[in-house]
Amino acid sequence: MNAVDWYLLLAMLLFCIGAYGVLARRNVILIVMCLELMLNAVNIALVAMSNFMPGIAGRGVLFALFIITLAAAEVTVGLAIVIANYRNKRSVQADEFNRLKG
Amino acid sequence: MKLVTTLIPLLPLFGFVVTLLLGKRFFGRRAHILSCLVVTAAWALSMYVFWHVFTHQKEPLHITLFTWVASGSLHVTWGYLVDTLTAVMLLIVGTIGMLVHYYSIGYMKGDEGYYRFFAYLNLFMFAMFVLVLADSYLLMFLGWEGVGLCSYLLISFWFRKQSASQAGKKAFLVNRVGDFGFTLGMLLIFLTVGTLQFTGVFAAAGAGKIGSGTMTWICLLLFAGAVGKSAQFPLHVWLPDAMEGPTPVSALIHAATMVNAGVYMVARSYPLFLHSHAAMLVVMGIGTFTAIYAALIALTQNDIKRVIAYSTISSLGFMFMALGAGAWAAGIFYLLVHGFFKGLLFLASGSVIHAMSGEQDMRRMGGLRKKIPLTFWTMLAGAVAMAGIIPLSGFWAKDEIIGGAFSGGYYVVWAVGIVTAFITAIYMFRLIFLTFWGDNRATPEVQQHIHESPAVMTAPLVILAVPAAVLGMIVGLPPESGWIHRFLQPVFFSVESEKFSWVGTGGLLMLVSLAVVLVGVYIAYVMYVRRRELPATVAGRVPWAYQASFHKFYMDEFYEAAVIRRTIGLASWLWTFVDVKIIDGAVNGLAWLWEHFALLIRPLQTGRVQNYALAIFGGMLVLVIVIRWVWGA
Repeated sequence: MNAVDWYLLLAMLLFCIGAYGVLARRNVILIVMCLELMLNAVNIALVAMSNFMPGIAGRGVLFALFIITLAAAEVTVGLAIVIANYRNKRSVQADEFNRLKG
Repeated sequence: MKLVTTLIPLLPLFGFVVTLLLGKRFFGRRAHILSCLVVTAAWALSMYVFWHVFTHQKEPLHITLFTWVASGSLHVTWGYLVDTLTAVMLLIVGTIGMLVHYYSIGYMKGDEGYYRFFAYLNLFMFAMFVLVLADSYLLMFLGWEGVGLCSYLLISFWFRKQSASQAGKKAFLVNRVGDFGFTLGMLLIFLTVGTLQFTGVFAAAGAGKIGSGTMTWICLLLFAGAVGKSAQFPLHVWLPDAMEGPTPVSALIHAATMVNAGVYMVARSYPLFLHSHAAMLVVMGIGTFTAIYAALIALTQNDIKRVIAYSTISSLGFMFMALGAGAWAAGIFYLLVHGFFKGLLFLASGSVIHAMSGEQDMRRMGGLRKKIPLTFWTMLAGAVAMAGIIPLSGFWAKDEIIGGAFSGGYYVVWAVGIVTAFITAIYMFRLIFLTFWGDNRATPEVQQHIHESPAVMTAPLVILAVPAAVLGMIVGLPPESGWIHRFLQPVFFSVESEKFSWVGTGGLLMLVSLAVVLVGVYIAYVMYVRRRELPATVAGRVPWAYQASFHKFYMDEFYEAAVIRRTIGLASWLWTFVDVKIIDGAVNGLAWLWEHFALLIRPLQTGRVQNYALAIFGGMLVLVIVIRWVWGA
């Protein structure tokens, strides 16, 4: 068990918790939070790998920087959608948005 | 010569197409012009061909136009064979066809389907010419079916009339039964010989390449076709109903040409029938039976056209009697003269009907001989010829047939023939006396309108009366070795004409048949002129006989019960069970299956994004497992 493995383990745990949250939570805001958690878990993994693996230093960190930026943009848009949805449906429960039900 | 012969069927075909397509708009009341022109030209060309054959008697003309069917081993060309038999047929078809066209100008005047009538007549002429000229069974069959089609079209010409359209269907369907036999016969020929061209088939027959059992089958199957087309028992039922068609149609198709196709076909197949004595016996048997059967029915019919229709069936029976008994030339001789006097009888009856403002029931006629003398005299000529009274043509031909039966040793056939001739004389003159003698029994308005027909109608009557009267003497004397027998010798090559002696058996038989016929005429005179109450008394004495005859021996009823009801029952069952339950069930069932399958899957689409996200994750998981642990392991 190398040092890097502990960081990867942490990243994996965080990712799974985030995934569980995305799939199983009913409040859409919490879903967006868990989505963020997933993204950050990936960031941890990337930075850890970049630090411990041979190769150009800082490559993984650069990628993590991109992800942080994108996550921010994505959250903006995502919350805008949530608010728009709330205006229509007056609810933040994910299982109530089933108008496309066949 | 090739061009001339090719034109003969082509001209009426052209007339048909043009008259049908343009007739309504461009010709209107003058639609007959082109079709009559065309048919007159065809007649002239037929006469030319006849003359050519007459001067080159020993060499039949073979004309091949193009390859018609080339499929595997079946190779059939569209070609014409012109020998003396063809020439005789051309004579009949051409002449009577032309006269009927001109007659129709008067008879069909004012009819709203005027152009259609002439178009169909032309189409018929085309098909009939093809039938007669054909040099192969397949081409003859084309003409055969073509005339059947035209028969249907023309019988149900007044299609708005229920009985007419049903009669047309009946004719076509009954014909089809016979045609099935014809087709099987052709199939058998092809399987045995490998060709359908006459020359090939007859050569193979002559060389003994066809086994006798097969030959009998072929002949019988071909004859089945003739039974249908020439209205012999038991496929005769369509002909009386065919009288629903206009009288020119009855004259042309059902007396002088189409119904002769069966006789012609059997005559043409002479080299085949030569080798099957059994088949010839069948032909003779059916012909003989039909002759007397039809004559018995004609005795009680009241519609003038039906009487003549049954007499046609009877006459055709005589022709088959002749062919079956080996008197080939006699049969064709009778065919020739019969075409003329039967056509005459029909056209004259049409003239009578025209004079009587459409009345066809003889019980409402009478006394017409002073009022429409031309029709009377010509019809009388036809009747005398039909009954077979010397010296008119019917006598020579009919006598030769029954004489031939006698000398062939078929004494029963001869006896039946004599009895039939007797009955024929009775019903023929019953017709004449009921129609032309006594007082008129129609309504006053009808009586006022009685008038002689226009010249276009009476001229053909007069023209036909001439051969009806004298043709027999011209071509048939001396009996069995007259001009026509020698003319047909190249076709019926192995028939030896017997030496006929006026003072021997031949002459004696002639006297017997003549006597029998004259007695028949006298009986008719007594029953329908002198003592008019007699027919009713006689019918009262033997009501079963009268009913049997009047109801045509219940043949139609028999067919209705035995065949028609069963077919309709089968059709009904097929409809309600097979079509509705099974086929519709299968199609609807398939739809139901699909629908329920869809209903099963529907719950998957919940509309909730989270469920879909779960599906994505699950799929990804599966992929990872597969790639990592299963694939490439």
